[in-house]
Amino acid sequence: MSIEVRSLTHIYNDGTPFARVAINNIDLTIDDGEMVAIIGHTGSGKSTLVQHFNGLLRPTSGSVKIDGVEIGQKGVDLRTIRRKVGLVFQYPEHQLFEETVWEDVAFGPRNMGISDEEVRGRVERALRAVDADPSLAQRSPFELSGGEKRRVAIAGVLAMEPSVLVLDEPTAGLDPRGRQDLLGQIQRLQAERHLTVVFVSHNMTEVAQLADRLVVMHRGEIVMEGPPKQIFAEGEHLQTIGLGVPDMTALMQRLRAKGWDLPASALSVEEAEQAIMAILTEEARVGAGADV
Amino acid sequence: MPTFKSITIGQYIPGESLLHRLDPRTKILITGFLVVGLFFIDTFWGYGLAALYIGIAVLRSEIPAHYLLRGLRPVIAIILLTFVLNTFMTEGEVLWQWRFLTLTREGLSRGGMLAIRLILLIVGTSILTLTTSPIALTDGLENLLRPGKRVGIPAHELAMMMTIALRFIPTLLEETEKIMKAQMARGADFESGNLLQRAKSLLPLLVPLFVSAFRRADELAVAMEARCYRGGEGRTKLNELAFQLADYVVLVSSGVFILWLAWAL
Amino acid sequence: MGRENFIEVDRISFSYTREQGEIEEAALDEVSLSISSGEFIAVVGHNGSGKSTLAKHLNGLLVPAGGDVWVAGMNTKDEAHLWDIRQTVGMVFQNPDNQIVAATVEEDVAFGPENLGLEQELIRARVDEALAIVGMSEYAKAAPHSLSGGQKQRVAIAGVIAMRPQCLVLDEPTAMLDPVGRREVLDTIKELNEKEGITVVLITHFMDEAALASRVMVMDDGRIVKEGPPRTVFQEVALLRELRLDVPPIIELASRLRARSVRLPEGILTVDEMVTTLCQLRSGA
Repeated sequence: MSIEVRSLTHIYNDGTPFARVAINNIDLTIDDGEMVAIIGHTGSGKSTLVQHFNGLLRPTSGSVKIDGVEIGQKGVDLRTIRRKVGLVFQYPEHQLFEETVWEDVAFGPRNMGISDEEVRGRVERALRAVDADPSLAQRSPFELSGGEKRRVAIAGVLAMEPSVLVLDEPTAGLDPRGRQDLLGQIQRLQAERHLTVVFVSHNMTEVAQLADRLVVMHRGEIVMEGPPKQIFAEGEHLQTIGLGVPDMTALMQRLRAKGWDLPASALSVEEAEQAIMAILTEEARVGAGADV
Repeated sequence: MPTFKSITIGQYIPGESLLHRLDPRTKILITGFLVVGLFFIDTFWGYGLAALYIGIAVLRSEIPAHYLLRGLRPVIAIILLTFVLNTFMTEGEVLWQWRFLTLTREGLSRGGMLAIRLILLIVGTSILTLTTSPIALTDGLENLLRPGKRVGIPAHELAMMMTIALRFIPTLLEETEKIMKAQMARGADFESGNLLQRAKSLLPLLVPLFVSAFRRADELAVAMEARCYRGGEGRTKLNELAFQLADYVVLVSSGVFILWLAWAL
Repeated sequence: MGRENFIEVDRISFSYTREQGEIEEAALDEVSLSISSGEFIAVVGHNGSGKSTLAKHLNGLLVPAGGDVWVAGMNTKDEAHLWDIRQTVGMVFQNPDNQIVAATVEEDVAFGPENLGLEQELIRARVDEALAIVGMSEYAKAAPHSLSGGQKQRVAIAGVIAMRPQCLVLDEPTAMLDPVGRREVLDTIKELNEKEGITVVLITHFMDEAALASRVMVMDDGRIVKEGPPRTVFQEVALLRELRLDVPPIIELASRLRARSVRLPEGILTVDEMVTTLCQLRSGA
């Protein structure tokens, strides 16, 4: 399922003295099955943008189309849109409210008016997707650990079985173990269910690891867009808008500045290792050859 | 969907006027005198003078008139009802009659007076809240209630509660908006259905909100303890209230004037 | 007892009891450590490893079930010294929103000194000074909810240093912040340690933050499993992996290159150091 954003502008409190332009004339297309990361620091408009994807916010001007259907047009049921586009907010565990995990995850599917049978199937699939232990289902969501709560809350959105999954800073506040687990689950979900995934993040390492494409936002506008390697190659530009690059890219760039013939960016440690080893062995070989 | 980001608590309008600069205690005390005094006035002369006094206060507060009128808007129906009921329900010298409606001289004067009294009460108290920040109001009330400690009025605790409420209202409003959106993303519907259904549909909003409020309260209590908070005993204040010359002058003159109004007119 | 150190934690144990009264796994299991004045210590570990519980013991918010905690010669079990201890060791928590009490920045910073019953002029001086140190003077009259996460956390730090503590314990102060906010807070912490000489205990699960410390402690299951300067501790790639903590990418690269017999010395921690070492290696070779 694709998302098409055309000349989208959103102004909060439009027409009042408190008016503030949150996003300004944005064009963006997200293709079916893509994994896209939106990066930018707080206040760059990332969260505002993603809330347009399921009609929680209405454009001040411009349009958002989901699978060719424009949100907000007459006859377009918002609830249908919200079934197709699942939105996981920042700190989603703050929305848990039911007595048991099972009931909480079932909240979304029940609102869809489907049979109990179908609800049960969806809840089970959703809990499995986030690797929740089956014994969790009957426990109160409030007595789980932080990481478990987060995963159960995400299951609550997955249970609607959307074709587009939008996550606003899904790993914020998690410890490294929780972060690694969650990222793995998102990756697996996307592969298995052929989901379109859009996630907002400011962790460059995680973005490098996951995304096919990066969208960099600054002051309500898209300032860069492309595959992670290409974006990180422009490290200086990222730094001027308060974002960094992954350590390995920084290393490549520093070494290049010292005359090493390396690629402009590396996303993983393995990549950096290969590139550096290639140069060192080449040198050793040439050196050895000269000795002879 | 409303956005709460820009919300201002109370109706305080920042300014530098004489009224803004007065000690909150002065303003609270005078408002108190005025509220009580207005109930003792029972001549149009008296109301005229009271209106003049409040009018001068409005001018000196430099608050645009429409803010005061806005405060009146929600109670206009009550004022009209009071006027109509009193005008037609009071017995006395008949001025005009039609079927069961009887207009009397006494009724007209009583209805008119009551309406004026209500308007003056609202405008008078609005001046207090428009020129005094909620923080200053809290400080003033705490200070005025302090002597009541001996008879068991928990002045410090009340003030601390008000301060924390002022601090957290914007935070909780923002949170409400966020949880509402999150549940709507899961298909929640807060707008349709009958009363019972609507009340039930609020649970997914209220439960997380309460859970969060309790968590915040817990964490705040620990943080306050870590900063050596141990109740009001032995606490000092950064901004201790202090009466200026203007406060004495305004307090004494207004007090005497209102007393005279209530007594003589 | 070794009370010559500024903070002395002597074999403390602690466990939380649940409502039903059953005892959960020990949150702290015979933990000992000592902290000298002016040190910068980082404590890393997973949620549930006991690091926050340890932090709360350092200023008497929790009292050990077994063992003792001494702060500047005072035992945290001694009720008589409770407030002195809390003034000596200030604490900053994870969620900046839930530790700001007052409705304006300066009144919040004044909260601690007010609790100490200081004179009005002295409070004013302390508030101004604390706001200047964290770089928030221009926001003195602002409402906390109008600030960014990083700014709120700096206000929270100012609120603590206005009490003139000798030590600052920060419990995951950057967990909820974006990179800009994290930078602001970390710079503030470093400056407090270097310029003001305040002892810092930083609880975190970000390895790049722990790298700023002079000593790192790795906690797991209520115990300190590794302790030493970041350079040494981070070399334990296998241990960090086993605990599923993040191995800083530069450390991992160094260990991979070493495995392929590139002669890198131990203790490379930053991108800069890696660049310098690699260049030396290449020109030397």
